[in-house]
Amino acid sequence: MIAITRRYHFSASHRLHSPELSDAENARIYGKCNNPYGHGHDYTLEVTVSGPADPKTGRIVALEDLDALVSEQVLSLFSGRNLNLDVAQFQSLVASTENIVLVIRDLLLANWNSYLGRGAARLSRVHVQETARNSFEIAVAARSEQTESKYKLESEYVSR
Amino acid sequence: MLLTRRVEFSASHVCRIPSLDEASNKRLFGEAANPNGHGHNYIVEVTVEGEPDPITGMVIDLKELKEIIDEEVLVPMDHRFLNYEVQPFDRIIPTAENVASEIWSRLDVRLRHSSAALHKVRLFETADLYVDVTGEAA
Repeated sequence: MIAITRRYHFSASHRLHSPELSDAENARIYGKCNNPYGHGHDYTLEVTVSGPADPKTGRIVALEDLDALVSEQVLSLFSGRNLNLDVAQFQSLVASTENIVLVIRDLLLANWNSYLGRGAARLSRVHVQETARNSFEIAVAARSEQTESKYKLESEYVSR
Repeated sequence: MLLTRRVEFSASHVCRIPSLDEASNKRLFGEAANPNGHGHNYIVEVTVEGEPDPITGMVIDLKELKEIIDEEVLVPMDHRFLNYEVQPFDRIIPTAENVASEIWSRLDVRLRHSSAALHKVRLFETADLYVDVTGEAA
């Protein structure tokens, strides 16, 4: 098995706050992260693509195309933004890094074929480092529907 | 139990398909297609898997692992132009994928006679790009 991982960087602010909890509960559960004005991080995103390497080019995936996908479909939405206020998905979803990982996975899967074609390269992992101490990742199963699926996996999101 | 040893080597390479024209190579490989080559500080993490020996407490003799990595990777590849000086990159484009796979093959053969088996090779081409090779089926 061979896989290539590309790291990307974005800075954004967020606030952890669930409308389903009282203000006191939000403050207790999220602590400093519940500060009403929000706070920011320099996030590192790792996108892992599994092989095989193309015998002609020696590459699993055209990095320029992967960069275009991540840049246009993820970084352009997240970088320099207030996630809660500026990113549609977090209007109804707590902007925890767990949820960020899931939203990014869905954005990548939904746009995969239009940027990378229907070749053998597949998304196998999304990893987000929030701080030096916190990181979150999700493995993407081989049989995951890698088509232009609609954004529709809300039930899986963590909304604690 | 897994044990990882990290080493670094510096080398140059160029990624081009000779049968393609300049524009196609540029489109495929970007800056890496520059015919005169360019270099990286490659970092290799070699992970082996085994159980600690009941007497020595070691998964593998680290001296032995170091020697294998030196002989198979550092001596042949450090401060070399991979395309011109390291086989099989005279025939195979030294993309990060191919360099990682070649390192896997070289180490895997040597570690078959050792107390620990090769589990993973991770090759960083830059801080923001790495390739993992494992023995698992794709």
